[in-house]
Amino acid sequence: MKRILYIIIGLIFGIVLYKSEAASWFRIYEMFRFESFHMYGIIGTALIFGSFFIWSIKRFKIKSFDGRPITIEPKDSSFRKNLFGGIIFGLGWALVGACPGPLFVLIGAGFAPVLLVLVAAVFGTFLYGILKNKLPH
Amino acid sequence: MIEIISQPWPWYVSGFLIALIMLVLLLMGKRFGMSSNLKTICTICGGGKASDFFRFDWRKDSWNLLIVFGAALGGFIASHYLSDNTIPKVSEATIEALSEMNFSSENAYLPKELFSLEAFTDFKTVLILIIGGILVGFGARYAGGCTSGHAISGLSNLQKGSLIAVIGFFIGGLVMIHLIYPLIF
Repeated sequence: MKRILYIIIGLIFGIVLYKSEAASWFRIYEMFRFESFHMYGIIGTALIFGSFFIWSIKRFKIKSFDGRPITIEPKDSSFRKNLFGGIIFGLGWALVGACPGPLFVLIGAGFAPVLLVLVAAVFGTFLYGILKNKLPH
Repeated sequence: MIEIISQPWPWYVSGFLIALIMLVLLLMGKRFGMSSNLKTICTICGGGKASDFFRFDWRKDSWNLLIVFGAALGGFIASHYLSDNTIPKVSEATIEALSEMNFSSENAYLPKELFSLEAFTDFKTVLILIIGGILVGFGARYAGGCTSGHAISGLSNLQKGSLIAVIGFFIGGLVMIHLIYPLIF
């Protein structure tokens, strides 16, 4: 039952990404040229509501559906890891015009070449796994 | 109703719905982040043999694979049944920049110069897609997250690390579009 729920949540997420055009290469290109408010509007609105939701969860100690306290542990981070990783990710995001979520959405929408991007992204993740200890963190 | 849905959705509706999806996942005791699925796929493919980074119980994260499976279904439904097939209405300035790169303005949801089936037969395009994918996968894991994990979840939780990562995303993106694109297109 819970599995179906996850698929439905993902399905709504996929429709939102497609219909908002956040999955379109054109919108990412435009965003990095600062020629439209569209993408900033999407991320900004998500952040305003998102930070309000998380603030509410903490402030009112809202529990999860199965009654457990919700703890949001910060990701383990360091300045160099976040910055270097972020720059590399940004180069790729702008080059293919898609981040990981939209990759799946676009494959579903029938853009076969995006499969190539996904396989390459999995390989990139694999490369990080084997090079991890040699990288500045 | 279906006519309204078939048009591109405004940014404020989309942004709100993305935040709502993050909230529902938190209420289900999960976290909103897509790039960790790439790590899970590595583990399923036997990545644990090459690095202990991939040695973890992937079944604990299998819920997230269901999310991206759903996202792919969502992409299918949105493109086939909820779309009036207009191309994204990017700004005039962007259209001008596109024509300078010889990208057609009579295009599709994605530029056919990069994402039509002919892409597979063009060496340069294949190289662009592969290098871009590698950078996305490598960078996301190095940074500890992607747009959903850092720019939405992490920033909503006011995490400093996520802010640094998002600044990194933009440094990389701006360098690619303004300095490297003129060299490759």
